[in-house]
Amino acid sequence: MKKVYPDAKAALAGIVKEGMMVMAGGFGLCGMPETLIKALRDSGVKNLTCVSNNAGIDGAGLGLLLETRQIKKMIASYVGENKLFAQQFLAGELEIEFNPQGTMAERIRAGGAGIPAFFTKTGVGTDIAKGKEERTFNGERYIMETGLIADLSLVHAWKGDTEGNLVYRKTARNFNPMMATAGRITVAEVEHLVEPGELDGDMIHTPGVYVQRIIHTTAEKRIEQRTLRKRPEPAGAYGTGEEV
Amino acid sequence: MNAQAIIAKRIARELRSGMLVNLGIGIPTMVASYVPGDIHVFFQSENGLIGTGPIPEQGMAHPTLTDAGGHPVTALPGASSFDSAMSFALIRGGHLDLTVLGGLQVDQTGRLANWMIPGKMIPGMGGAMDLVSGAKRVIVAMQHTAKGRSKIVGKCTLPLTSTRPVDMVVSELAVIIFHNGSATLSETAPGVSVDDVIAATQAQLKIPKDVREMQL
Repeated sequence: MKKVYPDAKAALAGIVKEGMMVMAGGFGLCGMPETLIKALRDSGVKNLTCVSNNAGIDGAGLGLLLETRQIKKMIASYVGENKLFAQQFLAGELEIEFNPQGTMAERIRAGGAGIPAFFTKTGVGTDIAKGKEERTFNGERYIMETGLIADLSLVHAWKGDTEGNLVYRKTARNFNPMMATAGRITVAEVEHLVEPGELDGDMIHTPGVYVQRIIHTTAEKRIEQRTLRKRPEPAGAYGTGEEV
Repeated sequence: MNAQAIIAKRIARELRSGMLVNLGIGIPTMVASYVPGDIHVFFQSENGLIGTGPIPEQGMAHPTLTDAGGHPVTALPGASSFDSAMSFALIRGGHLDLTVLGGLQVDQTGRLANWMIPGKMIPGMGGAMDLVSGAKRVIVAMQHTAKGRSKIVGKCTLPLTSTRPVDMVVSELAVIIFHNGSATLSETAPGVSVDDVIAATQAQLKIPKDVREMQL
């Protein structure tokens, strides 16, 4: 089966549907499948439930789909960097399901691994425990969380081969590997697309079997926050940060 | 020294060599600036890094290497990167020695609220619920009052982050220790009296005979 598509539009053709659940990798803008998200926006598909750690920022990532009101519900752990999100949520136009970040990562991992539910102590006795089954193991309280499976997963990797094998880079890995396993269809965008055999099999993070479609992206990666040091600080082992 | 620096500097004294430490966003991040030179700790960024180093110099920022606040960081020699499931398996599995988090309120039994103000601010909890429930030790770094009102309260009016009590709160006025459901004033900041702390605190505090001055 040929997995390589010429561009993001072609890669999403025929697989986007109204009301579907879409997972998108990334932590803030880091490791986010920007090219595929733009193509999802351009497809015009509506009423999406999006699963992503954040909701992008204003004007980037899933923030683009908020502008066009294509998202009906968001499952996320932190949406604090997005004014448009707050506006739409407080106006009752957008549904949010907050998941603790570890619970969200585990729900996605579980979904991809055929685990329908698991117990965790994260969230016990808090607002997010409402309506969830609670059990006690070894004297400690735990709540049940369910695995998540998406209709479509969009992931970003550093390198990929034409078989769909993926290698992520540094902290751009984040949610991408689990989401690749939890999508009924997974589409990957990669910065470097290579031939089979060029990636060391021991270094592959996501086996190609999880990836159905793959594109090469040349989009420039942005950094969400710009805090940089002007020069080394002798003070402590870590120097002092300075906003620029 | 401003309030944030007092808090960060005092918390840095809690670090011990070999600890795996997670710092939250805001004042907690500043703790890294005050690590004593002879102490070597490992900083975890919950987005998937152990061995987080200082923020990069201009021109050296890399878009695939950020901390949990989305700021560029560096990775020290020996650093490792991993996915979010492993990062939180580490936190939830009890492998993290210490987490330092910001707070909106802490009640007198040590329960923390720091993830939302209903109707006003809905940022979400990020990794805070996992960190408070899973870390071996939890320290809250926060200013003692907000708009003149105590943030250390009898009962939290904001939604709780976890039912697991935190171990310590460090403010610009005091160090408060939580143990067996009660709050004890352990240290006061230089120039701050025990009465000053009591006056600024809504929660009931136990006052031992030997309240020390905060060493900075």
